[in-house]
Amino acid sequence: MLRDITLGQYYQTESIIHKMDPRVKLGGTLLYIISLFFFQNFLGYAVSVIFLGIVIRLSKVPFKFMVKGMKAIVFLLMITVVFNLFLTPGTPLVTLWRLTITREGLRMALSMAVRLTLLIIGSSVMTLTTTPNNLTDGLEKMMRPLKIFKVPVHEVAMMMSIALRFIPILLEETDKIMKAQIARGADFESGNLIRRAKAMVPLLVPLFISAFRRANDLAMAMEARCYRGGEGRTKMKPLVYHKRDYAAYACIALYLVVSIILGRLNLWGSM
Amino acid sequence: MGIIKAEDVVYEYIRRDEEGNVEGITKAVDDVSVDIREGEFVAVLGHNGSGKSTLAKHMNAILNPTEGTVWVDGMDTGREENVWNVRQTAGMVFQNPDNQIIGQVVEEDVGFGPENMGIPTKEIWERVEESLRAVGMYQFRKHSPNKLSGGQKQRVSIAGVLAMHPKCIVLDEPTAMLDPNGRKEVIRAVRGLNQVEGVTVILITHYMEEIIHADRVYVMDQGRIAMEGTPREIFSQVEKLKSLRLDVPQVTLLAYELKKQGVSLPDGILTADELVKALGLE
Amino acid sequence: MSIIVDHVNYIYGEDTPLASKALDDVCLNIPDGQFVGIIGHTGSGKSTLMQHLNGLIRATSGHIYFNGQDIYEKDYDMKKLRSRVGLVFQYPEHQLFEIDVFTDVCFGPKNLGLDKKEVELRAYDALKKVGLPDEFFFQSPFELSGGQKRRVAIAGVLAMQPQVLILDEPTAGLDPRGRDDILHQIKRLQTETGMTILLVSHSMEDVAEYVDRIIVMNRGSVMYDDVPREVFKHYRELEEVGLAAPQVTYIMHALKEKGLDVDVNATTIEEAAQDILRALGRNSQ
Repeated sequence: MLRDITLGQYYQTESIIHKMDPRVKLGGTLLYIISLFFFQNFLGYAVSVIFLGIVIRLSKVPFKFMVKGMKAIVFLLMITVVFNLFLTPGTPLVTLWRLTITREGLRMALSMAVRLTLLIIGSSVMTLTTTPNNLTDGLEKMMRPLKIFKVPVHEVAMMMSIALRFIPILLEETDKIMKAQIARGADFESGNLIRRAKAMVPLLVPLFISAFRRANDLAMAMEARCYRGGEGRTKMKPLVYHKRDYAAYACIALYLVVSIILGRLNLWGSM
Repeated sequence: MGIIKAEDVVYEYIRRDEEGNVEGITKAVDDVSVDIREGEFVAVLGHNGSGKSTLAKHMNAILNPTEGTVWVDGMDTGREENVWNVRQTAGMVFQNPDNQIIGQVVEEDVGFGPENMGIPTKEIWERVEESLRAVGMYQFRKHSPNKLSGGQKQRVSIAGVLAMHPKCIVLDEPTAMLDPNGRKEVIRAVRGLNQVEGVTVILITHYMEEIIHADRVYVMDQGRIAMEGTPREIFSQVEKLKSLRLDVPQVTLLAYELKKQGVSLPDGILTADELVKALGLE
Repeated sequence: MSIIVDHVNYIYGEDTPLASKALDDVCLNIPDGQFVGIIGHTGSGKSTLMQHLNGLIRATSGHIYFNGQDIYEKDYDMKKLRSRVGLVFQYPEHQLFEIDVFTDVCFGPKNLGLDKKEVELRAYDALKKVGLPDEFFFQSPFELSGGQKRRVAIAGVLAMQPQVLILDEPTAGLDPRGRDDILHQIKRLQTETGMTILLVSHSMEDVAEYVDRIIVMNRGSVMYDDVPREVFKHYRELEEVGLAAPQVTYIMHALKEKGLDVDVNATTIEEAAQDILRALGRNSQ
């Protein structure tokens, strides 16, 4: 169930995209997403599809793998399309019973669908090619300026990476406790909502206790290894920009300029 | 003075009921003095609740004595300014292999300690490599800790401590949650550290077979030191060990039974070979 | 009346590239009232097999019969099976959740839909069986010592009054005292109530003293299935798969090699001591 979610899972392989600095990937993804909202015609989308296609190709992650991640959001996509299709006022094209599809609605629905798909695939390229650890490192470094505003950047990053490390452990534990309670006759599957919620108590209480125990142990182990916050810490894998990272920034900038100029050309008159 | 010295250490904690009222005071460690020399392999044996883990946590300044003093390499652990130096000098490995690995990749976890100490990047890599090699986990450096066996995880934890270049390493029941193979792996790694790298080892355990190779053994019971000596001296006292309800290796027990039946044998036989020789069968 | 495991296969993660055979054509017959030790190293399939016996995992192929009925038959009552075959997981104290010991032990029988009086009688009986003193009954389970918590957790399964009790590493993490106490208690359960006991362990030395029969699992299949002394004869093969016979087996072999005419199949210290005395006596004559 939970392991079907490929969205955001790291895909191990060797590629130039994998090797890239996480800051480039984070920044690039952000700019890419923003660019999607600037387009006013389909030319812009065409450019961004091509750009994404090249990046995916370079990342060596099988396209099938990315589409699998899309499954989780198909439902969301459908709703967006349906709403835009029927609820946008404008020139009527077809009328079905009491619902009218307008010319503007059709355009809106199509562009929203493309936008969302690109957005999801675009961000999954980042998570598929970056280890969670690298990602937190990148975030920490990018957000460093926020320290001035007393944002505990290092602590937040540390918390994220510990959470990521413990997710699989706690999932396994959940499975074990669930089985143990089923062996004692617990029933997690039948009954109405309230009964089901009540049935979760024998699962959640032990799980929380275990999580607290682990947190306590971990804190002690971290202290024993001289952890005292981000102050005075060095990095085993410091983030350093290489030539390829500057090249990547240049590519992203080029993409932005080209796609937005083309995307805002007035091809069909105003939208 | 040895590398670790505890003098008349008492550790008390206050038990409270649900409303927070004081129910009583428990002495987890009761007037304990130990002196551990540099390079020694010392085992501390005892039941759960005998105070052995509480004592171990004093050696890393995780706990401070209620009474008495603990010195690590001459530093008083009770003084605030010594805490980080104490923790660098006496590294600590805990019982649960899952709850002490911080990194998501083996090598990153081993680098965690040196990172905290502010070691330059290049040196961190050197230390990580040498520590992982010392415990035989170098080929797993790129693995996720979640995919390793219990024994392998504990070896990673040991490497993590080793990378901090401690003079002394305290292992608090590192094998309690492992299967027999994992236990052997860990003990082999620990002995290697002691013999090859010359690191002082303090091994807290309740498994008899793990202390056979120690230079010296302390047996704890009810917060106090009940016995002290070489493994052979300890195992000579089968009756006393039985009364403390501790295990005795089967060969020692067998020799003891035979002796009771009138066979002339020395005390404290530790291996099958010794028994064979003692029975004059060589 | 027994458990029959008939050509059971289990493939873990079927339909994925990581598929692996966790159980490989396992056949077993476990009669009522037997005390069976199931030995194997981590990943040998012993825990997987145990979870099959009360229906928590379903075999990929093969059949399991409990009291003559195929548990994979369409309208077989799995819930009832789970109350008949009690399963105590590794570190069972991690499943405790109620505010006091007694209420926690009531959880199992309550799920069986019994009336309150019966539930409480069973809980009381189960706590007595694991030898927990009365004064702990209304304490929070989280305030007990490790060994006591484990007893409470075992009582939680016993309160369902199973015919078969499966324990997965019941002594893991306990000290020698706790270990001996629990094993004695389990042995007493078997002799007093005639319950069938399956004890999963990776330590031969722990189980040799207590069990009637040892099943050695390796790579998902049954390697040996016999009385302890017969199994320990294969001590060299056991070593190859990461297991070991009790130390006493090695001592007896060492003595025999040096010319002392002892019975190498002795499994306990008492047996060994008597046998060595006998052999020494003969030598001196």
